[in-house]
Order: sequence, then structure tokens, then C-alpha cells
Amino acid sequence: MSETTAAHPRSLVLRQKILNAAIRYAMMVLLALLLFGIILLISGKNPFQSYKDIFTHALGSAYGFSEVLVAMTPMLITALAVALPSRLILINVGVEGQLYMGACFATWGALTFQHLPAWALLPLMVLLGMIGGSLWAFIPGYLRSLGIVNETITTLLLNSVAPKIVSFFVFGFWHSPMDTDKTAYFVPAARLPTFFGTRVDLSLVIVLVLLVVFWFVMKYTRWGLEIRAIGGNPQAARRNGIPVNAYLVIIMCIGGAIAGLAGMAQVSGYYGLLLANFSRGTGYMGFLISWLSFGDPIGILLVSFVVAVIVTGGNLLQLTQGLPFAVINILLAITLFVVLARPTFLKEKKS
Amino acid sequence: MTLLSILGVISSAIFSGTSLLYTTLGEVIHERSGIVNLGLEGVLLVSASTGFAVTSLTGNPYLGVLAAALAGGLTNMVLGYLVVTRNGNQLASGLALMFFGFGLSALIGKPYVGAKINGLPRILLPGLSDLPRVYTSLFKFDILIYMAIPAAFLVWWLLFRTRWGLSLRAVGENADTAFASGRNPRLIRYQALFVGGLLAGLGAAHLSIAYAMNWTEYMTAGRGFIAVALVIFSKWHPLRAIVGALLFSAAVAFQLLLQSSGVHVSPFLLDTIPYFLTLIVLIAWGGTRKHAAPASLGRVYHGTE
Repeated sequence: MSETTAAHPRSLVLRQKILNAAIRYAMMVLLALLLFGIILLISGKNPFQSYKDIFTHALGSAYGFSEVLVAMTPMLITALAVALPSRLILINVGVEGQLYMGACFATWGALTFQHLPAWALLPLMVLLGMIGGSLWAFIPGYLRSLGIVNETITTLLLNSVAPKIVSFFVFGFWHSPMDTDKTAYFVPAARLPTFFGTRVDLSLVIVLVLLVVFWFVMKYTRWGLEIRAIGGNPQAARRNGIPVNAYLVIIMCIGGAIAGLAGMAQVSGYYGLLLANFSRGTGYMGFLISWLSFGDPIGILLVSFVVAVIVTGGNLLQLTQGLPFAVINILLAITLFVVLARPTFLKEKKS
Repeated sequence: MTLLSILGVISSAIFSGTSLLYTTLGEVIHERSGIVNLGLEGVLLVSASTGFAVTSLTGNPYLGVLAAALAGGLTNMVLGYLVVTRNGNQLASGLALMFFGFGLSALIGKPYVGAKINGLPRILLPGLSDLPRVYTSLFKFDILIYMAIPAAFLVWWLLFRTRWGLSLRAVGENADTAFASGRNPRLIRYQALFVGGLLAGLGAAHLSIAYAMNWTEYMTAGRGFIAVALVIFSKWHPLRAIVGALLFSAAVAFQLLLQSSGVHVSPFLLDTIPYFLTLIVLIAWGGTRKHAAPASLGRVYHGTE
């Protein structure tokens, strides 16, 4: 969507581009709200009141805003898990599965080493989560590097397997005495610390740091240069002596590790326990966010924020309007449709 | 382990595999025309909820099946607009469609949660009416089950024995060449999406109207993604899709058999077997896989400018 313009002073062009992009996305969101408003009208609700509720709830209070940040955290992590491999034109649709494996490994750590102090247990859980995620990403990455099977297909397949492995452990071994489908609450030492009495936890800080690292590595290091080279033209990169296959496997594994971190953060921060089938498409949402923001760190932040506002506001829609929570997926999807369809009246002018 | 329990297991495997076969056939048609539909899960949910709602409202399960099929076809038109007309990315558009389906189906189905319906009538397999009653109850299938295998042959005939199928496959291999030979790639892809959506809708209808006979949110439980995997397993061929659906049915049957014979193996681990089998098959076919996938699968057709 962002065609490069030339022959202007760079900063001016940049500012103009950002402004154009902002206006374009704002118009798209408006169009989406209009379309969803029609659906609200059909189901007998007042769209203006609903929207007012959504935005005052999500943005009008400190609590609401903290909930937006809570909703935003897993989106940021999973989007990053897609964005990094996408620089190598690796399509990681498997974040959902990697997230489950990360959660599974981290939970094993939390249950096995629950007597460790927090300063030892939490890093261990992070490490375990990342190992779980990267193991799950290693299979597709390795098969792809051998040139046998496309990573899109394998990651999709493994997505269906991972929740079943989690269910196997939860139903079979880990469930609490009262429930069959979830573990008991973790010990406090296995919980990510939260800030200011809200549900915002440490994983938000971690992912913000990771986003900065991602931006820095891609822009200023040799690795970033080589990754961009492979993404641009794998054949040329190979002939210039860049170990393309090693990059494919390693970057896929790092992507998986980040996804595993998302799983760890979900069980250790958000839920505080492991629940069978806890994620309803968080990984796919990360894929969409990464794709919409072209894998760009700032874009990931912005898109995640908008999506998080919609989701958080949706929680309230359920309370005050008597609509099922899943309905918010319609607003989300329509927003995505509008962006994906790139309406012509909003097309960027080419100079 | 009695004969009766084995037959019971086979019977329930047939019931659970039918919706998969229809859905897989639908996805075969999409992918043969060059479109990956990752939103199948959402399409299934919309169809299942619509079919259930219509059955509940009219009391006529056949109308419900019809409504479910149409709902599937129409939901796919949204994807068609995004990826065919607006040249959107197929994977992203498909996933967005999935979320759309999550939401829309919840909205449609909400008034009907817990509703009772008359499911599709079940008819005894012909020639078995002399058997004792305990046996005959296991061989009563609904019309969608009887039609499932013929449907696979019908799709095969459509794809490989008609001009439309030839055009569709031509578009899937190379849309520009197909255009040059006088075909309209965009129109054909819309048609493929609609027909595929009808089939997926039938699968969803079987799930909510004939098999489960109720509606719950997310009731398809990943069947859309299983179908996408099965299409790969069956190498984009409708007749091999039968084998794929049987594989998943067999896994279900095996599970039930083990349970009924008192062997304690986690059903969740058994559930993963078909996926690993698919993975192994993919690896084994590694080199030849390229020749089976439609060449322009996932690519955007920009038209001639």
C-alpha cells in the first residue's frame, strides 16, 4: 500500500506519507463502524449508544485503558512472532499452535518447580515457553529448509495438534481436583507481576523491548541486512554466501519462541492457570495484525491498539446490550475486510 | 468386544466423517481454482447456525439444509469480493472471514441455543430390514450420508469431465493463460467459491441438523482446518478426499473401539494421529507434491492492464 515517493525532501515526504496513511486508516475504521452499525440496527440495538459505550469504556477511564493494554499484549507478541519470519517470506500461520506449546511447557515448569522463588521460576518458565514454541516451529522450518513441504501447510497442520497435546496433559495429569479441564491456579511465584493494581503484566514490557530489538536488529545489524537480502532475493543471497537454509530454520524457531512466550504470558499473566482450548484464534489474530502492518514494529503497535480497543469495548457490549461476546468478532472482521479490500476512494495518490 | 459394538463404532465414524467429506470437497473446488480458503471454519459456523435456525423456525430439516448450503455459498462471496475483485491477500482475507464467521454465527444462533429440532429423518440401509432391531438402528443414515460419496464422484465429474471444470482447473494453474484462451478467471473463481461454499454448507448442515442436532458456539471445533489439511492429503483430488475423510473417521472409530474395550489411551493423543499421518504423507510425497498443487494457488490474478 505504501508506494515510495521520491524527489522531495525526505522528512516532508515522510510526514505527508504518515498523514495520508493515518487519514486512510481512520476512514477505513469509520467505514467499518458504519457497516457494523447496520448489523447492530438489524439486531435491534442502537448503534450510536453501542459505539459510545465501546469507546467510553475502552478509552474513557484508566481502568478501561488498562484493559486495552491487557488485550493488546498477546496481540503484540503473536504479531511479532509472525512479523520476524515474514521478513524471510516465511509464512508462519502456526503461531496458534506454537502458543499452545509454549503455554504447555511453561505450565509444566510452573507445576514442577513451584517451590522455587519467583526470580528463578519466572525466567525458567519464560525459557521453557520459548523452547516449547520453537520446537513446534522447528518442524516446519526444517522441512521447509529441506525444500520438502511448504511451511504454510505444516504450520496449519501442527496448529490442530498442539491444543490436543495441551488437552492430553490437562485432562490426564494436571487438572485441579475440582475441574477436569483446567489446572489449579499457579503459585504466586509463577505469576507474572502486574502493575498498579491493574491486570497489565510484565509481558507488555517484555514485548515492547522485543519490538525495539526487532526494529534495531533489522535496521542496524548484519543479521538484519542478511535477512532483508534473503527476503528480497533468496537466489542472490545464496550466491553471495549467506547461509539461507540456516536462516530459514533459525528465524522460524525464533518466531516460534516468541509465540511460545505469548503462550507463557497467557497462562502466567492473564489466566494464572492452564485451561484446555484457552486460545480462540489469538495466533491467527497475530497473523492478521502482522500482515496489516506489513511486519513493521510501529504498525504492529498501532493496529494492535485499534483491535484491542474494539475487543475491550466488546466486553461491555455484551454486558449492556445483551449480545453474545463473539459478536465483536464481526466488527473486528468488518474492519479487517475494509482494510483488506483497500477501497479505491481512499487510494494513496501516486506522485 | 461384540460385533454389535464394532458396528456401533463404524456407524458413529460414518456420522462424524460425513461433514468432513463435504467440506473437503468444497475446499478442493476452491483450491483447484487457485484460492486457499482459510475462512472455511467461519463458513461452516455460519452455515451450521443458519441451517439450525431455519430448521427450528420452519420445522422442516430439508429447508434447513438448503438454507445452510446457500449460507455457505453466500459467505464465500465475501471472500470472493476480497480476494478476486479487490486482489486481497488470500490467507489474511480467509482468516478475517473466519473471525467474521465466529461473530455472525453467534449472532444468528443465539436465540436457538438449546432449541429442539426434528433432525434429518434417518432411513435404513436397503436390504437390511430383516436384521434384529438393535442392528438396524445402527444402519439408519440420513440422506446427506447417502449422498456423500456420490457427491465426491459428482465433484470429480464436474472438475475432470466438464468444460466448466476444465476452465476452473485452467484458472487454477495459470489465470493469465486461461484469460488468453477466452475464459474469465474472476467469474470462474467466484463460481468455484460459490459451489465450494454450497458443499461446505452441506457439511455444516449435516453437523448441526443431522448429527449433533443442536447449536453451540464454535461447534465445528476445527473441522474447517481439518478440511484444508485433508485437501493437501488428498492431493487436490475429490476421489482421494474420500480416503482422507475415511482416515479421520477411522481415527474416531479406533478411539471409540479402544474406549469400549477398556483400553485407556488418551483420546486427545489418538486425535493427533491423522494429522501426523498427513504430515508423514506430505514428507513422503515431498518431491512430487509440486506437480499436484494447482500452480497459481494463492496468487492474485491482476488481470491484463
